[in-house]
Amino acid sequence: MEEIKIFRDAIKDIPTLASNIKKSHEKIVGYLCSYAPEELIYAAGFHPMRLFSSKSDIILAEDHLQTYCCSLVRGVLEDSLSGRLDFLDGTVFPHTCDSIQRLSDIWRMKGKYDLFWDVVLPVKLNTQSAKIYMKDVLNRFKTDLERAAGTTITDDDLNRSISTFNLIRSHLSKLYQLQSRNPGILKGEDLYSIVKGAMVMDRDEVARLLPLIVETLEKTSPPESRAKRIVLSGSICDSPGIYAMLETSGAVIVGDDLCTGQRWFEGRILENKDPITAIAERYMDRIVCPAKHMNPVVRGENIVALARENKADGVVFMLLKFCDPHAFDYPYLKEFLDNEGIKNMLIEMDDQQENLGQLSTRLETFIHMI
Amino acid sequence: MSDPSAQKAKMKSAKKMRDLMTAYYIDALSAGQNNKRVAWITSGGPVEPLLAMDIIPVYPENHAAMIGSAKMGEDLCTKAEEMGYSTDLCSYARADISCSVVKGGPLGGLPKPDMLICCNNICGTVLKWYEVQARFYNVPLFILDTPICHTGYTPEIAKYVRAQIDEYIAFLEVVTKRKFNHEKMATVGKLSLEGQKLWQKVLNTTAHKPSPMSAFDAFFFLALIVTLRGTQIAVDFYTELVQEMEERIQNGISVVPGERYRLLWDNLPIWYQLKWLSGKFSEHNACLVADTYTSAWCGTIKYIDENRFLDSMAEAYTRIYLNIGVDQMADQVLEMIKFYDVDGFVMHSNRSCKPYSFGQLDIMGIVQEKAGIPVLMIEADMVDPRNFSQSQVETRIDAFMEIIKQNKG
Repeated sequence: MEEIKIFRDAIKDIPTLASNIKKSHEKIVGYLCSYAPEELIYAAGFHPMRLFSSKSDIILAEDHLQTYCCSLVRGVLEDSLSGRLDFLDGTVFPHTCDSIQRLSDIWRMKGKYDLFWDVVLPVKLNTQSAKIYMKDVLNRFKTDLERAAGTTITDDDLNRSISTFNLIRSHLSKLYQLQSRNPGILKGEDLYSIVKGAMVMDRDEVARLLPLIVETLEKTSPPESRAKRIVLSGSICDSPGIYAMLETSGAVIVGDDLCTGQRWFEGRILENKDPITAIAERYMDRIVCPAKHMNPVVRGENIVALARENKADGVVFMLLKFCDPHAFDYPYLKEFLDNEGIKNMLIEMDDQQENLGQLSTRLETFIHMI
Repeated sequence: MSDPSAQKAKMKSAKKMRDLMTAYYIDALSAGQNNKRVAWITSGGPVEPLLAMDIIPVYPENHAAMIGSAKMGEDLCTKAEEMGYSTDLCSYARADISCSVVKGGPLGGLPKPDMLICCNNICGTVLKWYEVQARFYNVPLFILDTPICHTGYTPEIAKYVRAQIDEYIAFLEVVTKRKFNHEKMATVGKLSLEGQKLWQKVLNTTAHKPSPMSAFDAFFFLALIVTLRGTQIAVDFYTELVQEMEERIQNGISVVPGERYRLLWDNLPIWYQLKWLSGKFSEHNACLVADTYTSAWCGTIKYIDENRFLDSMAEAYTRIYLNIGVDQMADQVLEMIKFYDVDGFVMHSNRSCKPYSFGQLDIMGIVQEKAGIPVLMIEADMVDPRNFSQSQVETRIDAFMEIIKQNKG
């Protein structure tokens, strides 16, 4: 499909993508976290761009972050220090985990880009005071963006932005539903490309393309599939090879609990109320990241529900090495799944390593067993 | 070579401290029989409201340090790994989590909590750790969310944390089914501030040359300001400790005989190697006179107003050493280098503590540039000895001390 090819091509070469975007947008603002308020960045006329590691060798970042820091954080710092992110005008850190917290300090002290913001969101998402604080920091960020853009962000700007992001997110949901209903209707790598593209490409273009893809797929007759239905869980999965490998092993991804997946795009922003309040509410209510707190069992209940709803044959945990929040949750998530008789396996990944040989054997064995 | 334990034995406060800690743990372990409630709380958490409500605070981190000192860390960490916890997770958390299940450790486990109080001013790890324990013990969990102050304490943060202090009190009232005791709170607040000031005074005595105590002693004497902050016991003990240190100064007693070199330590102690490290530095006539870790329990005195303790405590607990930007941490290190007049800086790159360790390399650069002193980085872990190579560390300390000797002549 031609529209999918646009996504596939776009994510292959981020610097070229960025320079094309620069022609229509004033500035590019990067971030590493799905809690970054992209609606505000977009409403300011800037381009919000999620950052991924280019997986280059760590050389310059060695002088700042020890080897027991996760490969994503080290990798993105390496990209910045080596000039691969020179297209950025700035970055926003919405406070994610201990590692990104310190990356923010190092990034700020390096001062490589004109713009820099810490938007320290609440960690606790289950109280009224946290919601008020969330609104307060979003309002402050809005003011900061206005200053940087030299404009006023009106409620109309925000509402337009909200409806764009709602459109993008609801169509990504539809794509996932289609894939879950008719497994294999989208190749895993295409699904990966579309989701990643939606985090880095021009959002107007994404909003134009996604409905076309959904429309075409709705008319496509579902493929015959006997593949095992897999739900992925973890932080990011920025490795298209994994998707291909799962398919070769006879599996298909029918849902995920990923920061670069359903955790990021599920949940709409209400369009009939004060926009900042509505944005804050969505960030408070969305499927929670393990670095935040809703209640001690919410992620366990969520992963079981996700597996059930998608009739999953198994859950694959893909955890980045040295990612504390996910590693702390893994034993209890596993226990919740085990108690429900849902098969699961753990893969510990290093964003830097693309050697998937051994992994492939383990995945195949798991898929044959379930 | 001087024997550090022999030196410590000469400090009469050491025995008293052990007795006080034993009494404290007996009290905590028998809380159930005495109809007292137990709250588990993070080391940087606001303990004062618990004391005002006659709740016994218990510190899993202090307990984990004991596990490390008793060299029981490897066994307990391994058990946590068998439960599915990654070997890369904080060793305090791993040791404590498995200890709850197997009732291990030097005390045979901590008393069961009636509630959990988690303040994330020290790290995000405690949030996950306390969620684990909230599931295990099925008890209420209160989280005091103290947003990191990368560049300052914003009005939004101030409002949010202050609101949570009221939520904290309401939480305690619900759990204990009793009204909060504001009168007692005022007393506890005053004692807490007094205790912190005395602790600062203890630490300040090491500015004297030669130093009457070392950071190794501070690691030991720290336990009371952590666990009994806000009590008369802590105030009395530190009053005596200050006196003892002043006497040592007057009598010219130094903790490292023939002290020639003065060093500053960064990050948590390597609990299972304290004796060896202390001996190793002593061999070189070097004294670790101060550290960034133990001073965290008196680092925010300037924000506390004893007459408005609850209000001011929001800021004091939010702006602690680990909850500020790396550049501000470097500023504090530079101040300490000056105040204690040190010749070198030893950094423990601690696999268990990411917010403390990431940024260290930048601080190292700042210190080398602005203070012009040598910096040594030791790769280790505070409780898990599998991440410590004695021969490697020894070689590096020897080389580092050579440079210091050449610098100082």
